[in-house]
Amino acid sequence: MTTSLIVRAATRILVGLLLVFSIYMLLRGHNEPGGGFIGGLIGATGFILYAIAHGCRAAREALRLEPQTIAVAGLGIALVSGLAGAIPGDAIFTGQWLFLGATETDKGWPLSTILVFDIGVYLVVLGAVLTLVFALEEEV
Amino acid sequence: MAQTEQTGRFLGGPAGWVSVAVPAALFVWFLQFLPQIGAGEVVRLSIDWVPSLGVSIGLLIDGLSLSFALLITGIGALVTLYSTSYLGGHVHYSRFVIFLLAFMTGMLGLVLSDNLLALFVFWEVTTISSYLLIGFDADAAKARRNALQALLVTGTGGLAFLAGIVLIGVAAGTFDLSQIEGTLTEHPLYLPIFLLVVAAAFTKSAQVPLHFWLPNAMAAPTPVSAYLHSATMVKGGVYLLARMNPTLGGTDIWFWTLVIFGGVTAVFASILAIRQTDIKQVLAYTTLMALGTLVMFIGVGTDKAIEAAMTFLLVHSFYKASLFLMIGVVDHGTGTRESTVLRGLWRAMPVTALAAMLAALSMAGVPPLFGFVGKEFLYKASLDAPAWLWVTCAIFAASALMFAAGGIVAWRPFVGELAETPVKPHEGPLPMLVGPLLLAVLGLGAGLFPDYAEWLVRPAAAAVAGAPVEVDLYLFKEVNSAFLLSMVTFATGFVLYLLHPRLRDGLARFKPRFDPGWDRVMDGVAAGAAGLTGVIQTGQLRRYVFITFATLAILVAISVVRGRIDTPLASFEDLRIKHWAVLLFIMAGALLTAFTNSRMTAVAALGTVGIGVALVFIMFGAPDVAITQLLVEVLQVVLVAVVMLKLPHLNPESISRVRPWDLALALSIGALTTLVLLAVMAAPLDLRLTAFFEATSAPIAYGRNIVNVILVDFRALDTFGEIAVVAVAALGAFALLRGTRRPSP
Amino acid sequence: METLVALMVGALVAAAVYLMLARNVLRFLFGLILISNAANLLIFASGGLTPDSPPLIDEGAIAPAAGAANALPQALVLTAIVIGFGLFAFALVLVYRAYQTMGTLNSDDMRLAEPEERS
Repeated sequence: MTTSLIVRAATRILVGLLLVFSIYMLLRGHNEPGGGFIGGLIGATGFILYAIAHGCRAAREALRLEPQTIAVAGLGIALVSGLAGAIPGDAIFTGQWLFLGATETDKGWPLSTILVFDIGVYLVVLGAVLTLVFALEEEV
Repeated sequence: MAQTEQTGRFLGGPAGWVSVAVPAALFVWFLQFLPQIGAGEVVRLSIDWVPSLGVSIGLLIDGLSLSFALLITGIGALVTLYSTSYLGGHVHYSRFVIFLLAFMTGMLGLVLSDNLLALFVFWEVTTISSYLLIGFDADAAKARRNALQALLVTGTGGLAFLAGIVLIGVAAGTFDLSQIEGTLTEHPLYLPIFLLVVAAAFTKSAQVPLHFWLPNAMAAPTPVSAYLHSATMVKGGVYLLARMNPTLGGTDIWFWTLVIFGGVTAVFASILAIRQTDIKQVLAYTTLMALGTLVMFIGVGTDKAIEAAMTFLLVHSFYKASLFLMIGVVDHGTGTRESTVLRGLWRAMPVTALAAMLAALSMAGVPPLFGFVGKEFLYKASLDAPAWLWVTCAIFAASALMFAAGGIVAWRPFVGELAETPVKPHEGPLPMLVGPLLLAVLGLGAGLFPDYAEWLVRPAAAAVAGAPVEVDLYLFKEVNSAFLLSMVTFATGFVLYLLHPRLRDGLARFKPRFDPGWDRVMDGVAAGAAGLTGVIQTGQLRRYVFITFATLAILVAISVVRGRIDTPLASFEDLRIKHWAVLLFIMAGALLTAFTNSRMTAVAALGTVGIGVALVFIMFGAPDVAITQLLVEVLQVVLVAVVMLKLPHLNPESISRVRPWDLALALSIGALTTLVLLAVMAAPLDLRLTAFFEATSAPIAYGRNIVNVILVDFRALDTFGEIAVVAVAALGAFALLRGTRRPSP
Repeated sequence: METLVALMVGALVAAAVYLMLARNVLRFLFGLILISNAANLLIFASGGLTPDSPPLIDEGAIAPAAGAANALPQALVLTAIVIGFGLFAFALVLVYRAYQTMGTLNSDDMRLAEPEERS
């Protein structure tokens, strides 16, 4: 695939930005617009851009893992986080929260099974979209 | 039919022992209730089955059900004993035993169930198992066809019964027979209930004009015929009518429907019985006669009529089972069942002849057999009945013909000079003789000592009448009109017997209409189904889509027209320029997609629509949704662009023509959607769920983006399901692309 | 505003149905995209339309401002969009595969499962 030098150079920066942005969207999702679905879609867009500029093979190498592995792993993470919610005796998929370093005035670092679940969603969306796009591009 | 005499196994092996032991044990178990029930008590045993539906397996043992239960198990044991010889060597003997025991279970459940829904289930069990039994000789096309016929006719009746049961449940407020208080005759639902229940009973008990399946059911092996015809299957309908008599009986429509159909069936069937040459067929038609008689007398409904009907029930069960089993022995011993061939078997088969003659005398109603008692009481009840002339004439004609039929079946084949038969005549094996002989002797015993039969008849009649009935059975008391009528019957019957070969030839000119009619109906149904399939299942995607959408349009249109959907007037007042702009944007995109011939234009137009929709989401406070929509839109374009490279251009010829029908359907669906959506949005919203999410999102779930909190916390399980779908779709597509790689054509 | 969305949905559905009735499966696919857009809009609109106030809670507040948009249909639509994309992608691959195997995009000619009746 031949693409112009400018595009190729620009994508390197753009892709990095998109990936950082996607994780930002994922993490802020609980309080502002964003979340796993949106984050995953943005992340996928980044890799697709990379694939367009540098070819599928390069994109796969950049991803390191097979996209379908990512999708299935995401599904597993989401499931584990849901099951973990049941450990204290609640129903499965109940959110459990831990506030690291919480003080009187500050809530500290909120850690939760909810966040893990959203990461799972992120990975599934990312993996699924990339599975489709890479397979189609290589096949066609 | 594969019949072997040398089974090599005692009583047909384990399957045979079980098949005899189970009904015999049950028979004994039921016997112990006799004193209790005879004293007028009713026994109820109950187990919860489906508590949520109010279905319990309640056993209701009263006179009626006990009589039936004893007949079912008693005759059942004799029939299974008989089968050990008759079918013991058959390849599928175990299968036969299973069918027969299933059938017996169904029959027992049917007569013992207190709950109508349970009763219905057992009713269907008998239908299905009788299908299997009639079609037991499955290699024969005729057996299969006749089995199917029985299944469809009685199955249709079963559906009517189910509907009737539901209505009874509505009308009476309970499905338990023992809980139904009083009658339902005044209820507004009486007429439909009556019609449905009677339809069920008439199909099961083969009343004219639904009788045709019963003679065809002769395709079954002989023990099955004996069992089905004497004590069980066909008596199911009679049982139902008898059971429902206290609840539904006593009205004019009940009286006339049962009396007319019963009477016609009795006379019609007796005439057809004379017409047959196959003695098994003769007997089949006499069963119809007995069923008609029972239905008629239940319809008459006086105490005497019910007493007579219950007596006749016992009489008929004894002689009919005996005669059928005897025919099996004759068929077995001579290789034929033609009354024109069989002659002088007396010497070769003395035991069979004895059983046959005793049973036939009972059928003919000759003293001192139980049949005489039955016939006397029928006459006595008929002379007192409302519409007595019709009832008496019907029963007289039927009885006289029965006398002749008895002669054809059990006299003619045994007397005279021995005739040539396909097999050299020989007596049957012991297990095949026990049943017919025992039942025939029972007929004699009950005739000589009718007081013992009262044990069963009295509580049974009480259950049918819904109140105690005075029952006093006797063989002979005085010379009265009923007795004289009997004498005339004998004379007429004797003359008919002498004339029967000529009558038969005369009757042979009338071809049966019902059976070919059935075939035409079935052909019609099959042709109709094929035609319908041809119209709606063309294998063309477009046709399927069209039918689906057209159905949807029609259904919604009906609701709109009938005012079910409240459509408010559209108002344009609050629309601002940006709204109009988005509307035009989306409409233009949709229109362009629908009518363009260029793929690229279509993709661009689709993008326009997607972005327009995203704008709508932004305008109405849904940033998350809008972002998702935009991203998906981008990905869609990427995918389509990639695939398009490999696909051919849209073929302008096939699509540039406007398809008027499709367009009309599309526009009406669109218009209806708009109307429905307007109506939905005008209706008040139930916001309780939303209010809950808004109130708890921040304090409990620690999230300020409510949409995201719903997705990952409140409804996380749903979301998990959804991402699973996404993952599976992707893997599926991947497999489709990679897994099935083959050389391109 | 209700009228606005109702008209949009109606127009989208009409175009979608017309496309889905076409012979060419690619057009069917376009119809599929349009009808899922229409369905999303429909679900969104039937939860009530409230301009310019997303269901977000301000920092420190415990509930959204009064009159915020209904969050429930938004959550439903969001997942519906993603699933709709999955469906579309799968259908697209299916069409592509079908074309490779049968060499046509005309659904009338795709008769692998239901061959033409003899009559």
